[in-house]
Amino acid sequence: MSIDAKLGQNAFKLDKQAHIVINQSVCRTSCVNRACLTVCPADLYSLNPEGEIVINWEGCLECGTCMISCDGKALSWQYPQTEFGVQYRSS
Amino acid sequence: VVGGGLAGLSAAYGMAMAGVEVLVLERGDYSGAKNVTGGRMYVSSLRGIYPELWSEAPFERPVAREVVTLVGKDEQTTVETASDRFLKTEPQSYTVVRAKLDRWLADRVSEQGAMVLTKMKADALLKDGTGRVTGIRAGDDEIGADAIIIAEGVLGLLGTEARLRPRPDPLHHALGYKEILELSPSTIEDRWHLNPGEGAAHLFAGTLTRGMTGGGFIYTNRESISLGIVVSIEQMARRTDGLESWQLLDDFKELPQIRPLLAGSTLVEYSAHAIAEGGIAQVPRLWGDGYVMVGDAAGLSLNALLTVRGMDFAVASGYYAAQTVVAAKKQKDFSGASLSTYEQRMRQSFVLRDLLSSKGIPQALENERLVTHYPGALANLLSGLYTIGPGPDVKLSRKVAAAARRHFLDPATLKDLWSLRKL
Repeated sequence: MSIDAKLGQNAFKLDKQAHIVINQSVCRTSCVNRACLTVCPADLYSLNPEGEIVINWEGCLECGTCMISCDGKALSWQYPQTEFGVQYRSS
Repeated sequence: VVGGGLAGLSAAYGMAMAGVEVLVLERGDYSGAKNVTGGRMYVSSLRGIYPELWSEAPFERPVAREVVTLVGKDEQTTVETASDRFLKTEPQSYTVVRAKLDRWLADRVSEQGAMVLTKMKADALLKDGTGRVTGIRAGDDEIGADAIIIAEGVLGLLGTEARLRPRPDPLHHALGYKEILELSPSTIEDRWHLNPGEGAAHLFAGTLTRGMTGGGFIYTNRESISLGIVVSIEQMARRTDGLESWQLLDDFKELPQIRPLLAGSTLVEYSAHAIAEGGIAQVPRLWGDGYVMVGDAAGLSLNALLTVRGMDFAVASGYYAAQTVVAAKKQKDFSGASLSTYEQRMRQSFVLRDLLSSKGIPQALENERLVTHYPGALANLLSGLYTIGPGPDVKLSRKVAAAARRHFLDPATLKDLWSLRKL
């Protein structure tokens, strides 16, 4: 089962505003590991054609692992605004 | 109270019961909506803390069976322990679904007269010129209070921003993630050898985490199982082979020995959260002018390999925070000096005592041989003893001696044995 299919089972209330913002210049200048590409359990981080790290924050499980693992503190990481984000029912 | 999880609600319950005016801010649609737990709560230490709650709480199943599976490359060994001691007249632990449990507890808290505001995210802690915490900001609103209970959970965004605790670091935090798989109650009971209504806690250690500190778990709920993986964030982040965290669970589910446990199940939810694993050394100062810190926000969790605790610490810390605030209110003194009695209460309680007596465990668990060597070696030793080859068999004593020499007679194992005395 793909990660997308797994996330599809969750109840998400989608915000229009991103709650995770990537500071690309930090990524470019001070990141070696690119941990976000592999640690995210929802597989939300990827590289765009320009080689920049992008995130599909809509499927975020709000676990905080990317923020914790980010070497250069390139992520501005907030919880989604009130009333948005994942709403767990069975966890 | 910032955060309507077990710690925050427990604090609110105690304060409201004593007549304190309490407001709980919970960012989810309901308490538990943002919560992820592995799945088991120990209640044996909570008998003296709000006993009226635990006899009625909507737990899933009392844990009657403790199962550990050692996962080797080609073989697995499972050790199952069932004991009347786990159940007695009152069970020592239950599997839980937090979306149910926390929601129920929030209702009990409201009944005591506290206001639980859901869909309300606190954005910042307010401080005055002296550094005293005086309230919170939520959107454009500022709400003041004599005392703030910081119960925001393991990520500690507000506490970090207000410089009351350090930012969570990769070395002392793990990623836990899981699937909720629906299975019928009778299927669960058949597969884990349970009497009707009883539950199992099933842990897995070995090759499934690919050399990284961590393991797998299954907790049986009433009509579902929680199946997940816990893995060190630091070790995951340092890998260079491109392995992605979520792949561990998919690979684990495909093991021929695991597959039959999951057959016919339906995935209904996929959840994840960071977990504090630093033990007592990473617990920040628990109090200051105008605030106390409880539960995961204060790093109050303990992974001791076979037992994983946090929810009992959350409830107890909330209970002692409530006692502290009630006493402070009587004295009309919410200074750090007054609220520091929270730490004294915690030091006398099982929370800090257990964390202190287990202070060597977080470092011991970093020993990679716990996942790379011992589980596989034991499973291999046993599978060797069970094997009959085509030719004449070797004497049993020789088989055992050869396996023991191969797996356990080396300096690293002796060193590990010696280090056990510190635990």
